[in-house]
Amino acid sequence: MKPLIKLRWAPYFFLAPFMLLFFVFGLFPLGFSLVLAFQSWDPVQGLSSMTFVGLKNFAFLLEDDWFWKSLYNTLWLAVVSGLPQHLVAIPLACFIHNRLGRWRNAVIGVYFMPYITSTVAMAILFSALFSTDYGVINTTLQFFFPMQAIDWLGDPDNIKPAIALMVFWRYVGFNTVLYLAALQAIPRETYEAATLDGASPRQQFFFITLPLLKPMMLFSVTLSVIGGLQLFEEPFVLTGGRGGSDQAGMTTAIYMFRTAFEFSDFGTASAISWSLFLVVALLTWATHRLFRGKKEAT
Amino acid sequence: MNSRPSRGWQPMTRVSAWALVVLGALIMLAPFYMMFVFASHPRAEIFQVPPPMLPGTDFLSNMAILQQRIPFWTNLGWSFYVAIAFTLCSLLFCSMGGYAFAVYEFPLKKPLFTVVMGTLLIPPFLGMIPNFMVMDFLGWIDRPIALYLPGAAGAFGIFMVRQYVLSSVPRELIEAARLDGCGEFRIYWSIVLPLLGPALGTLALISFISSWNNFISPLVVMRSLEMYTLPLALRSMQNPVNTEWGAIMAGSAVAALPLLVLFALTSRRLIAGLVSGAVRG
Repeated sequence: MKPLIKLRWAPYFFLAPFMLLFFVFGLFPLGFSLVLAFQSWDPVQGLSSMTFVGLKNFAFLLEDDWFWKSLYNTLWLAVVSGLPQHLVAIPLACFIHNRLGRWRNAVIGVYFMPYITSTVAMAILFSALFSTDYGVINTTLQFFFPMQAIDWLGDPDNIKPAIALMVFWRYVGFNTVLYLAALQAIPRETYEAATLDGASPRQQFFFITLPLLKPMMLFSVTLSVIGGLQLFEEPFVLTGGRGGSDQAGMTTAIYMFRTAFEFSDFGTASAISWSLFLVVALLTWATHRLFRGKKEAT
Repeated sequence: MNSRPSRGWQPMTRVSAWALVVLGALIMLAPFYMMFVFASHPRAEIFQVPPPMLPGTDFLSNMAILQQRIPFWTNLGWSFYVAIAFTLCSLLFCSMGGYAFAVYEFPLKKPLFTVVMGTLLIPPFLGMIPNFMVMDFLGWIDRPIALYLPGAAGAFGIFMVRQYVLSSVPRELIEAARLDGCGEFRIYWSIVLPLLGPALGTLALISFISSWNNFISPLVVMRSLEMYTLPLALRSMQNPVNTEWGAIMAGSAVAALPLLVLFALTSRRLIAGLVSGAVRG
């Protein structure tokens, strides 16, 4: 029987699905959004209404209060929801790694579970939990502390903390699992030698575990930065799709989505997405610098 | 076990560390519990002081309300349809791509592989608007194919299959089949594919879950309530004035249940798969 595909062409045949999908749904949209960022265009008017406007979209954003506000919200959320995840995940991973035998998988499973469930379903649930007068969160807080009920999702000052709480809940287990993977790669002999030399558990944590975790820290902090800056679903659902009162919960990704599909301004929306991309790239680079800088210092 | 590093903990430290971890675990679980509690109470009871803390008996009437508001079973059906189609496409495309990178030498191999891995660095929102236009151009607005096809040849899956083929499919097997006159596609389909079980299992789990939870793609391309996948349909019931909380929670619980069951059965493998993907990616 004659083979269907010649050996020479076989790799291209096998890669054809990837190449086709990548070109149509990856590369082309990417290039086109770069073009769009320099155009003024209302999609309802048809392709012919597209006009080149140079940097006008970006100039508009520099003056746009909502854009700056969304950027501030995004950065605020990335830091306040991101940093505590790592501060909790590292000790938690160490505890699970060192202390848990039989319960290990159950504990990991429980902390990891929020990560795999539907963000939207859980965000809808959280909007009920955050209810001012009847919400479980306020009721629980008031059970332990005498305090006023907090208007989580109505008061502009409280929307971001509420979103950050949910984001923390959702991703802390994921980071814990990443750190666990890194801890498992540290040879046990390292600790045995340190114990023989009389190093206390605290010293071992600060002088062995933490330095050896640094590559994973860089990696998972980078993931948090990239993911956090693109935050969309949690604030979108918690604020009913509109960013909440005074736009206090509107992230840049939400602003971009609204500009495109609510205000029908594809040009400005593309300019927002590229601006956000620049911020993501810049902060990813800064994260790497920060970690490299630390290494040189020690 | 005995030479673990922090044996020297004081009893007090140990107890409080355990207490913290258990408390944390309860906080992690509490929302899931509350979801099932709310799902079985009518709306009036959910908003009482204090809110209900134990499961009630109104789950079925909540489901009835839910079906008045949204075509729930249709939405659930689309969620399953899209997730299964996405999983099958990913398995096929990623195994093909990964196989090509693992087995063949060809002129563009290196640059193409860089392109594949590079797609991991592109933030999805960058292409969102043109992607919508492409869907519009193809006439895919409101059609499920827009949800399962575009992302089906993901870099993560291709990379995972490539690693697995490199590490556990002997090259001699492929050479021998070729000498026997076996065609390239037959080698892939009848000889290599059956050996990829574990890698494809993990990939199937990850694909199914990510498709089941996907919200942004259907938000952009699905227009009619009849075509919505579950997350979108549930979101559409959210309403500033009178959200049917009991019904929405019953729907969320039904939406979460398949994943929770899947997770309970496969959590070890799933976590290992996700982490290895994240670590290498």
